[in-house]
Amino acid sequence: MPLPLRQRIAWIAWTIVLIASLTAVYALNRQAEGRPLVADDEGGGDSRFGFRLQESAKAMGVDFTHQAPTFDSRLEHIMPQVAAMGASVTVADFDRDGWQDFYVTNSGEGSFNRLYRNNGNNTFTDVAQAVGLADVNRRETGVSMGSVWGDFDNDGWEDLLLYRYGRPELFRNVEGRSFVAVGERAGLPARVNANSATWLDYDRDGFLDLFIAGYWPDDVNLWKLETTKIMPESFEYATNGGRKYLLRNRGDGTFEDRTESTGIRSHRWTLAVIAADLLGTGYPDLFFANDYGVSELFANRAGKRFEDVAATAGVGMTPKSGMNASVGDIFNDGRLAIYKTNITEPGNLLQGNDLWVPKSRRDAGTFENMATALGIDLGGWSWGAQFGDLNNDGTQDIYLTNGYVSAGERSSYWYDFGVIAGGHSTIIGDAKNWPPMKGRSFSGYERKRVWVNDGAGQLTDVAQVVGATDTFDGRAVALADLGNRGVLDVLVANQRGPLLVYRNTVQPGRHWIQFELEPAVVSGFSPSQTHRSPIGSRVELHWNGKVQAQEISAASGFSAQNQRRVHYGLGAITSVDRVVIRWPSGATQTIEHPAIDQLHKVKEEVRLKADTTGAGDGR
Amino acid sequence: MAAEPGALRREHVIAPRKRLLGIDNRLLPPLLITSILVTAHLSFGILEGWERTALAIITAIGAEMIMGRATYGVWPHPASAYISGISAGILVRSPFYWPYFLTSLISITSKYVLRVRGRHLWNPTNFGVSAVVFLAPATVAVLSVQWGNVVAPMAVIWILGTVIVWRVGRVHISVTYVLSFLLFSVFRAWWTATPWVTNVAPITGPMYQLFTFFMVTDPKTTVKSVKGQCVVVFLVAALETVLRLNEVVYAPFYALFIVGPIALLIEQWHHGRRHVGA
Repeated sequence: MPLPLRQRIAWIAWTIVLIASLTAVYALNRQAEGRPLVADDEGGGDSRFGFRLQESAKAMGVDFTHQAPTFDSRLEHIMPQVAAMGASVTVADFDRDGWQDFYVTNSGEGSFNRLYRNNGNNTFTDVAQAVGLADVNRRETGVSMGSVWGDFDNDGWEDLLLYRYGRPELFRNVEGRSFVAVGERAGLPARVNANSATWLDYDRDGFLDLFIAGYWPDDVNLWKLETTKIMPESFEYATNGGRKYLLRNRGDGTFEDRTESTGIRSHRWTLAVIAADLLGTGYPDLFFANDYGVSELFANRAGKRFEDVAATAGVGMTPKSGMNASVGDIFNDGRLAIYKTNITEPGNLLQGNDLWVPKSRRDAGTFENMATALGIDLGGWSWGAQFGDLNNDGTQDIYLTNGYVSAGERSSYWYDFGVIAGGHSTIIGDAKNWPPMKGRSFSGYERKRVWVNDGAGQLTDVAQVVGATDTFDGRAVALADLGNRGVLDVLVANQRGPLLVYRNTVQPGRHWIQFELEPAVVSGFSPSQTHRSPIGSRVELHWNGKVQAQEISAASGFSAQNQRRVHYGLGAITSVDRVVIRWPSGATQTIEHPAIDQLHKVKEEVRLKADTTGAGDGR
Repeated sequence: MAAEPGALRREHVIAPRKRLLGIDNRLLPPLLITSILVTAHLSFGILEGWERTALAIITAIGAEMIMGRATYGVWPHPASAYISGISAGILVRSPFYWPYFLTSLISITSKYVLRVRGRHLWNPTNFGVSAVVFLAPATVAVLSVQWGNVVAPMAVIWILGTVIVWRVGRVHISVTYVLSFLLFSVFRAWWTATPWVTNVAPITGPMYQLFTFFMVTDPKTTVKSVKGQCVVVFLVAALETVLRLNEVVYAPFYALFIVGPIALLIEQWHHGRRHVGA
């Protein structure tokens, strides 16, 4: 029976709507997916984006390949997953010769870590064995997961905290010549299965305190399991991870556990932590990027206690798989945004990365996620990421590495993972229920992202254009000016892969300015305590109506640490108005019209009570 | 996603009591799914934000109102569209807004376009979600994880869901599907040499609760006989197993997408033959 005319006309109309909607879905997906720019497009990277990255590790004398650990045989079927971390890189000028050095961790039992000393001529020499930082990966003590530098004894030499799946160790730097293990004497915990740690002076008493975040619970010995029920109880709501440690520096070389008393009671699976003044109080807050759950933001209440404000601040409601935490001022308006990376796997899981931007500069208490709006949400199985002005144009760009397990190129573990990820805690929590990986890849061979900021609210992935073309399973990214050239080079640590050194070449005519800070010592320091760490300092550079904030953090990204120097690109600008430094003590100092294209070493003026004017001694 | 208003009226023949605790049967599924969503979000924060879910609901209801009025000259009851919209809001996971809008729009539009002899062939949400995840794998995924780890709320949802599908006379469909899934999970475990509980894992999650209570039970897109309904969901579970063995991530949606319309077409063909014969 034919339809009435009205219904026939309506049917034609709705058919058009349906076809148009299906077409729109396809088109919008293609648009959002985005084709990576390639070097052949429009004449190459240098002219368009102002910089080029050249992988130069071996040419620089850096020949390091990370080895993964081998845990209990009952985890053999999922070993690539549970032994998927440990590649890290952290930067420090450990010998104070004015050149940035870096430390890379290894994780195979019996493998050696490396400390690459910068020779000052574009080459590096591994001195880890000579200084006592190489042979640190043993089943008895655990294997390295990462490190973080900080001058805990205020002697002016940066010391090293090594965190492991096992016993954390603190190495005191003896004038850049050797390192002495002092963890036991310092009172560090006997065992923490940690994937992140950082230094912060949470009570602003002049001594760096230590924060270590457990991933697996402390009582799990991955080499000798008592049970296979060690896995997260949920893919997105797990709270059965490792405990956290906030260790207050007493100032005499020892630490006391203040975790409980300051209100930090998280047992989430933390993969990255960053300490920075995110809420505008002058005290460092703590942000945790947690795997298998929501993020946590612990507000520092005047150095007395911490309060988890993640939910009210807007950053802790939606559970994802947090892998990275770094902060940067992406809009040049003085607001520090948090970049947290997560998992995106087309056709399976689309968490998207988060860029938590304070809603206003005055009200830093609430954040909104602007990652999608800026085009920096889809980055594969994202790991470490750092903010930095890679092309010296005056805006902060983002370098992101990614990739989980690269194995069989034509096979994927994703379906099986989806099966177990949906299971109840009694199923997902037991490793023996996890499907075997059988040599399959799991978000492997991913292309990296180098998002260049156009300063107008959009970031464009130019990785393939500028030379970041590797497809290793990236973990940690660190930025440093390795050649004292006024540009940021990129270090990338890869799991079961080589340490990459991307030497950066920036187009001529792009200016820059750098600051190296030395806070004043405070009363109460012993005679041997002649320095104070710049960690926690905040720098705001004002130029041409813009202001870009940067804060010196210890840990940044995933298992990584950038140089302590603060680097600003300036583009074609030939002068800046001023730089305002807020020291860890809370005092501020202003330098008017600092000269560009040079590094300024700035010492804190003593007994500052108000905003004053100082001058940097340019190098 | 299920519970078409007209179909529910038909269901009253099977379930003569029209009200439960003073609530119109038509409103039971929307109330259940709303309570699931609100409880899950307040407890576990399952949504990126209310905005996306609201967009999906408003789009579905708006499209239903416009299309229903324009096509038939009457304002349709919004219960069905509400379920379609809220289901899309829960099931679709994307950092973008447009998938929520388009999933709802496609779901409702399919109801008015893909029809044979006055019946639409696909469960609207099944069509919308399947189409979107197929066409937009880089930007859209489907909810696939647990809401929290507490057994009690999940048990409550299973019990409430069972009561409601029993009230609307569809409990045999849900039960048959769950039993079939469990049966085939034994086969999958044997075939893949993996633990049985691993293969059971997906059905313990909320996505399957929505699928079991709201999608496979849709009166408008299931065959009429009780026996036929049970056979169809058994076949859905069977095809799902085939797809799962081929590592198709959204196996249940695609299985229903394929089996459901074929079953309806066969039923209509069979019905037509009997009509001609009479």
